Amino acid sequence: MGGPGSSPCASCKLLRRRCAKDCIFAPYFPPDDPHKFAIVHKVFGASNVSKMLQELLVHQRADAVNSLVFEANARVRDPVYGCVGAISYLQNQVSQLQMQLAVAQAEILCIQMQHEPTLQSHHQVLELDQDDKALLLHNNIDNCNNNNNNNLGYAMSSGQFNSNFASPSSIMQMQMQMQDPLKQESLWT
Amino acid sequence: MNPKRCAACRYLRRRCPKDCVFSPYFPPNNPEKFACVHRIYGAGNVSKMLQQLPVQTRAEVVESLCFEATCRIEDPVYGCVGIISLLQTQIQKTENLLARTQAEIAVAQTKHSQNQHSEFM
Repeated sequence: MGGPGSSPCASCKLLRRRCAKDCIFAPYFPPDDPHKFAIVHKVFGASNVSKMLQELLVHQRADAVNSLVFEANARVRDPVYGCVGAISYLQNQVSQLQMQLAVAQAEILCIQMQHEPTLQSHHQVLELDQDDKALLLHNNIDNCNNNNNNNLGYAMSSGQFNSNFASPSSIMQMQMQMQDPLKQESLWT
Repeated sequence: MNPKRCAACRYLRRRCPKDCVFSPYFPPNNPEKFACVHRIYGAGNVSKMLQQLPVQTRAEVVESLCFEATCRIEDPVYGCVGIISLLQTQIQKTENLLARTQAEIAVAQTKHSQNQHSEFM
């Protein structure tokens, strides 16, 4: 924090201003990491970041800053797609895994039917917990729809971008069926 | 006022020049698009970003900025990083389920071959 004798935070250093005692940036942009604020300022701008932080509760601000830094880094690395490139890549991974899972599920059904032709219902084949059932049901719904109807409809590798993708809220809703977001520490490193 | 101003110049209440950097990507019939991007990034930053990139990539830049800005408005704490986190979780769960299913296949195949072997004995 600012004040007589104390070092200004990275933001106030970059902005060349006095670091007030109640500086909104100081808790999240320590003076020993100037790059962190520099990159956020470059992409979002100091005043926008300040506004965003002011609209949040204090206990939410650290995570907000970390996510802004993550997004800013992604945008600097990939000026065209930013984080959206990563989302597209992960969506493709999810699709591929779902296809592999569907193949494996079909295979085990075949094997079980060969061994026990009198098997009544397919849900006796795998012992699944509630979460896995939800995932399977969800995967089947996804596979029934056009692969990219509810997903980001573009492939990173080809560099094409289909702007007809679902809104972020519908994507979030779809994903929220799984569980609450897991805020992994590894995201921030 | 010129009724043919782009959404950005309308929002910023300024004249829309012929070479306006925003006008190809922010048509006047969609004012929310620019409002959303302006709220998170600011007009100056968006303009700088567009000017630093080749013209053929700018449409995609604008779409990705809009998407990220919309994510940030809907989730002010995590933005689109929340979506990344959820996708990573989904990948992990699907991988685990796939591994379990493949293990089940291996067990079932082993059982089947053992049964076949004992039938011949």
